[in-house]
Amino acid sequence: MVSGIQAAGNYHLKPEMIAPGTYVLSGRNEHFNFRNGGNIVNTGFIVTKQGVVVIDTGPSRIYGEQMRAAIAGITDQPIISVLNTHLHPDHFLGNQAFEDIPIGALPGTIEGIRTQGEMFNDSMYRLAGSWMAGTRVVIPGETLKPGTLEVGGHRLRLLALDGHTSADLVILDETTGVLFASDIVFNSRTPTTPHADVGRWLKALDRLASIEFDILVPGHGRVESGAKRFEPVIQTGKYLGWLSGTLSTAAEAGKSMAEVLHPDVPQWVAGQAVFPEEYQRSVVHLFPDYESAALQRGLVEQQ
Amino acid sequence: MNTTTAFLRKCLLAAFLICQVSVVPAETSPPDPLNSVMWKEMHETLLGGGPVVFDERVRVLVPGDAEDSMNVPILVDATALGNVSRILVFAELNPIHRVLEMEPVQAVPLIGVRIKVQQATPIRAAVLTDDGVWHLGGGIVDAAGGGCTAPSLGSANQDWASRMGEVSGRLWPGDEHSRLRVQIMHPMDTGLVSGIPAFYIEQLEITNEAGEVLTRLFLHEPVSENPVLTLNLPQAESVVVRGTDNNGNPILAQVRSGVM
Repeated sequence: MVSGIQAAGNYHLKPEMIAPGTYVLSGRNEHFNFRNGGNIVNTGFIVTKQGVVVIDTGPSRIYGEQMRAAIAGITDQPIISVLNTHLHPDHFLGNQAFEDIPIGALPGTIEGIRTQGEMFNDSMYRLAGSWMAGTRVVIPGETLKPGTLEVGGHRLRLLALDGHTSADLVILDETTGVLFASDIVFNSRTPTTPHADVGRWLKALDRLASIEFDILVPGHGRVESGAKRFEPVIQTGKYLGWLSGTLSTAAEAGKSMAEVLHPDVPQWVAGQAVFPEEYQRSVVHLFPDYESAALQRGLVEQQ
Repeated sequence: MNTTTAFLRKCLLAAFLICQVSVVPAETSPPDPLNSVMWKEMHETLLGGGPVVFDERVRVLVPGDAEDSMNVPILVDATALGNVSRILVFAELNPIHRVLEMEPVQAVPLIGVRIKVQQATPIRAAVLTDDGVWHLGGGIVDAAGGGCTAPSLGSANQDWASRMGEVSGRLWPGDEHSRLRVQIMHPMDTGLVSGIPAFYIEQLEITNEAGEVLTRLFLHEPVSENPVLTLNLPQAESVVVRGTDNNGNPILAQVRSGVM
């Protein structure tokens, strides 16, 4: 714990240019911990002629402040807009550093942050310790609608998808061909499911697979371009299919939840970052519904 | 917390490697592979200081982390022991230690259930064999906590009372035994939330068509809301689940083999 406290403070954020005026700050493919301070997420920003658009603000106040400093190190343009892709804490708890700027999100995201934001903030303190010092929830004030946004020569298409959570904002910069896929897409990192609807999520992935884009920025994991840009989209769908198939088969076969924690796993599943831990979390999130469906088919007579 | 857990896990591993299946006199506790501060007290209060042995034949499946402190899945399997007269499951650092007891009678000494944990804790099964020795297995679950001092979700729901005691379930035929899985709607309130008294299913008995008792269960407050139980029973076409909660409300349902 002491080492965590000493290490806290500098995320060493290094914006990487992936397209003209377009930067990504890549997090680690890990769980939240005292060493990474919650920086497991990809955030980004687009420098336009009218100002900077920020996409997600990271896991803490300190992250938000350091992100803002990193942006200032690259451009003199003012930040004009901040977008939160969804309600998970690593994507919005840096909002505090951008309180003077309009922060936009989909209605479901705003409602989710309003009702669950404090709970997320509490649990981040437990998981990342002093990195979270002074972090408080800032609820986005601007409601976003799907459609096209013209900002300083960039045409940003906002897609209102869902499945990872009840509201997942995906942003396609039609000018540069960069797709900010939010947590609809994970790259070589086991997807997280605390608010997931797997069926809806698979539909959202189908939608992304049908869109023209050149560079993929997943919510977690490496940025991809060229022929590899669709791989994380396919991989995320393949994992979700494996996950739901594994859980529903087990429930139908009469397995208890604890018996599902350690399944036989193909190598392509086991090779993903944070695999066993994230899968075990998913069992707790998703198995009860499959179990309930399996039990409802049983022959029971109340007496 | 993580460092402590890692250390405890190393101790657990080390203990398995040097695992000795020897009975220790009642007056001394053998070294605890989970290195828990509560073990000696648990040995005295829950097991009466009786002869104990840490025995890897008692399998306790638990996740390393409790994703939901109100629903931690566990499975106890003492099939490898044989001649089991009683199983006691307890969570050492819970405010209420006892989770459940099982008298297997004719059932396989195995039970799956979900439980509430108040903080990171060892979860153990003490399995009593016919020779009077308690065989212990267990694991450590890390947790954000609060599972025992949170109100049941049902208590916030208007219509919970109309479904209370309702059983859903299914009986799977198998080569060696029938697997029974049942869910019983019940708030399972711990009594540790201000203004909400303890209210939980106390006992359950599973009988076959001939009226023979297949197994008896005694549940306690830390069992999760709307308990889901997993049991391996002697082969049966149908079984009856009968029980009561601590207010005397009855539970009674028949579960037949097969599906709708």
